[in-house]
Amino acid sequence: MADLLIELFSEEIPARMQGRAAEDLKKLVTDGLVEAGLTYGGAAAFATPRRLCLTLTDLPAMSPDTREERKGPRTDAPETALEGFLRSTGLTKDQLEARDEKKGQAWYAVIAKKGRPAADIVAEVLERTIRNFPWPKSMRWGAGSLKWVRPLHSILCILSDEGGAEVVPLDIDGIAAGDTTQGHRFMAPGPFKVSSFDDYQAKLKKACVVLDPAERAETIWHDAEQAAFAAGFELVEDKGLLSEVAGLVEWPVVLMGDIGADFIDLPPEVLQTSMKEHQKFFSVKNPKTGRIEKFVTVANRETADDGATILAGNQKVLAARLSDAKFFWENDLRTVAQHGMTSMSESLTNVTFHRELGSQSERIDRIAALARRIAPMVGAEPDEAVLAAKVAKADLASEMVYEFPELQGIMGRYYAKRAGLSDAVADACRDHYSPLGPSDDVPTAPVSVAVALADKLDTLTGFWAIDEKPTGSKDPYALRRAALGVIRLVLANDLRLNLDPVFDMQLLRLKGAREAALPNDGVAMMIDEIADHGVFAAALETVLDAFKDRDGAEALAGLKTAVPDLSDDLLAFFHDRLKVHLRDEGIRHDVIDACLNMPGNDDLTLLVKRARALAAFLATEDGANLTQGFKRANNILTQAEEKDGVEYSFGADVKFAEAAEEKALFAALDSAAAPLKTAMEAEDFAGAMSVMADLRAPIDAFFEAVQINTENQIVRRNRLNLLARIRDICMSVADLTRIEGT
Amino acid sequence: MAEFTKPKSFQEIILRLQTYWASKGCAILQPYDMEVGAGTFHPATTLRALGSNAWAAAYVQPSRRPTDGRYGENPNRLQHYYQYQVLIKPSPPDLQALYLGSLEAIGIDMALHDIRFVEDDWESPTLGAWGLGWEVWCDGMEVSQFTYFQQVGGHDCRPVSGELTYGLERLAMYVLGIDHVMEMPFNDPQSPIPLSYGDVFRQTEEEYSRHNFDAADTEKLLRHFEDAERECQSILSHEAEDPKTGKRIVMAHPAYDQCIKASHIFNLLDARGVISVTERQAYIGRVRALAKLCADAFVQTEAGGFSAESAA
Repeated sequence: MADLLIELFSEEIPARMQGRAAEDLKKLVTDGLVEAGLTYGGAAAFATPRRLCLTLTDLPAMSPDTREERKGPRTDAPETALEGFLRSTGLTKDQLEARDEKKGQAWYAVIAKKGRPAADIVAEVLERTIRNFPWPKSMRWGAGSLKWVRPLHSILCILSDEGGAEVVPLDIDGIAAGDTTQGHRFMAPGPFKVSSFDDYQAKLKKACVVLDPAERAETIWHDAEQAAFAAGFELVEDKGLLSEVAGLVEWPVVLMGDIGADFIDLPPEVLQTSMKEHQKFFSVKNPKTGRIEKFVTVANRETADDGATILAGNQKVLAARLSDAKFFWENDLRTVAQHGMTSMSESLTNVTFHRELGSQSERIDRIAALARRIAPMVGAEPDEAVLAAKVAKADLASEMVYEFPELQGIMGRYYAKRAGLSDAVADACRDHYSPLGPSDDVPTAPVSVAVALADKLDTLTGFWAIDEKPTGSKDPYALRRAALGVIRLVLANDLRLNLDPVFDMQLLRLKGAREAALPNDGVAMMIDEIADHGVFAAALETVLDAFKDRDGAEALAGLKTAVPDLSDDLLAFFHDRLKVHLRDEGIRHDVIDACLNMPGNDDLTLLVKRARALAAFLATEDGANLTQGFKRANNILTQAEEKDGVEYSFGADVKFAEAAEEKALFAALDSAAAPLKTAMEAEDFAGAMSVMADLRAPIDAFFEAVQINTENQIVRRNRLNLLARIRDICMSVADLTRIEGT
Repeated sequence: MAEFTKPKSFQEIILRLQTYWASKGCAILQPYDMEVGAGTFHPATTLRALGSNAWAAAYVQPSRRPTDGRYGENPNRLQHYYQYQVLIKPSPPDLQALYLGSLEAIGIDMALHDIRFVEDDWESPTLGAWGLGWEVWCDGMEVSQFTYFQQVGGHDCRPVSGELTYGLERLAMYVLGIDHVMEMPFNDPQSPIPLSYGDVFRQTEEEYSRHNFDAADTEKLLRHFEDAERECQSILSHEAEDPKTGKRIVMAHPAYDQCIKASHIFNLLDARGVISVTERQAYIGRVRALAKLCADAFVQTEAGGFSAESAA
């Protein structure tokens, strides 16, 4: 048994690619070896800025011999069939065997393959791996045509056992595999020879290279925490930055420095972002003041002056960066203090949001108009919601956000406060983007909620209107995320909001702006009508009536199906997102389907309330049985209706009831009616379902004792009408025909 | 170990780079005599990166970025500044070591500083060019761009050129320990007439800032852009064979001058704020189309690797 060590030594590999590359190297090489019949014990892969390394243990010296039998054509088959078989096996006719079969004779090929030396297989697999490596981006260099992430300088590839190490013979475009590598670029340059993985790792460490990225990250974190702790400070955690920095150094040396009195009053988010994005510094917080007052940088070497020069240099660069940030911050503050937030957003008239959806200003106006309509539904003061919507994106025009786009919203809050706006408005500036990720907090303050909803709903209706919907894995405008954001905002705040009229209003607003033929006052009138009555078709009627003798009536009439079609399609998209969202909660898709088919399905809170109640109901024995009883009733009824060509829906009369169970069912249905109505009016679905649960026993007993299709047509009709009552009651709660199984 | 004598002035740093790269075999060229946004635009880089002929050149290139004008007040932003540019084709295997040698040459002691190669993919949409490489950091400061050209003017680079770009003012300020560019000694401070960077450039920064932001006549510029575009196309529409001399003369360089001109005019228009976001893309596309035409033409020239035999 031998161990394999591979090192691919190159110029600096981008930090973000290293982890994935080490995994890819492991997978491609081990898959290749296994496919060629070579087994191995353990595998581990590592990466530093300049090398990818793979070590495998316990490889056999040879792959095993193999023997494969393949059946060919019958011996009396046409010559061409035999020729094809010979081609595919690479044999000649005299190497085939003719064997007796049940019917006649067939040719058989026996292909025996000798095992091959491990070194040959490794060389082959490694060459294939290098030539086909899945780098996110790769390049050529010099006069060669080989591609790698950056120029590849050397390949170390050895098989080692107790007897010593053997170089695997391999040459890729003039780079011959060997048994040497190099240490740290500056601290220990020059090649050295290695004989095994342990020897390699140990010699690397002596040459100032920590091979394992996890060990580098640990060292960085440990040393940085220690340094902060010793000064009475706290290191601000940042896992992404830690792994990036660990990919920038082979020999991490942690240095801590001061931010400088001039800058510690900048907002902590600004300090942190500037230091992280530009300098890859960690932030260090003073627990006494809560401010970020120091930074940690990670150098790639030790120096005779213990990093004093390096730290001084870094500090100087940071000061220059933060001077810029401070300059932006002070300019922005001056602007809003003197002229208010709206002066900042004025320049957004020149910024295109989307070619077909107009400028950022036009977008903001639409959002504000919608926020006014939504405000009363979420308990916000309409004027305050409009103001918040108008200024929420003003910081996009600030110098700071131009420099650091990731600070959008955060800066808006600071600037709104400086402009003297209320906390509610300032918070809306920051929070209206939320929730972004599925684990983000959902805003709950009414003004923030109104703007957050209006923002997302405007985005969705806008891209729906110009037919830029997500397809497959493509969702360039993050519309799925926006829809999920709306869903979470509605559900978390228990909001009663009918989406349909909101979609209609916003689509009208957009079409009004984009389609010149539409009269503005007509569109405005329609929006008001929808806001008041919620029904698109009726609103259109009213407006068309008013526009009878005016220009633009035709254009308005053209909206008749265009807007509802888009709204329906968008609502279906919401329903799909809701299904995904509720699936995570453990609610089955058929339960949701049963509720989607009910009226008011654009009210997500109602919809989810119903779905949760139904899911809980179905989980009970009564619920499951009642659903069965319903289905039985529904099946019988449907068949009878098909056969008779009529709909049984009304007129069941207890006076035609014969069996006691039949009479009991009448009584049960009668007594259920009132409480069911009360519960449904109160949207108490759980209550309604518990009333329904009481029907389970009488329904079961009825089916047990009574035959529906009797000779007496009056009795039969009466019983069918009775079944219709069961169907009506059940269907008033949810469309139980959608429930699967049971 | 080399002796690290600190340079005393901006010009000494330039001179040391010139001497260093000359000693490594580069032809020391002079700046191109047109307004460009970066050293890459010099035909010694853009055009010479194309085709199969070997090349090694280094030069200083005055570069103009009208939008960066700050009337000479910002400590490190200038609308006119200098880049030092090295282009070697094919890229030698020890290019990183050669580069590090140049830092030592200007007085950066490798034993005391932390030099890092941080991923930075380079792309020039106006030149239809891209490459992979790094920003080189010295103690956290970006001191150079290091790029392996993969494509220029839409053509694959074969062989690949290695390109090094030093932002001279920033690098010099760092080496000399200066905080404001205008205070940087231009010549030796012990000279009979010591001159600072500000003595040389403060006034021009003011003049050009005012011109670029407020005075440049945008209508004329828009016309000049169109003219340059048409001129470039017209130059390249001529037959390869010159009727007067009977020689094959493809006018790649004169056409490329017009491409450079169009690019600079676009930058000026951009600084004047008369180009909207959507138009911006369209203008960049028009300059790229010219760059591509010039690249197509250059590979039809001798310097671009064209030979009558191989074409036949």
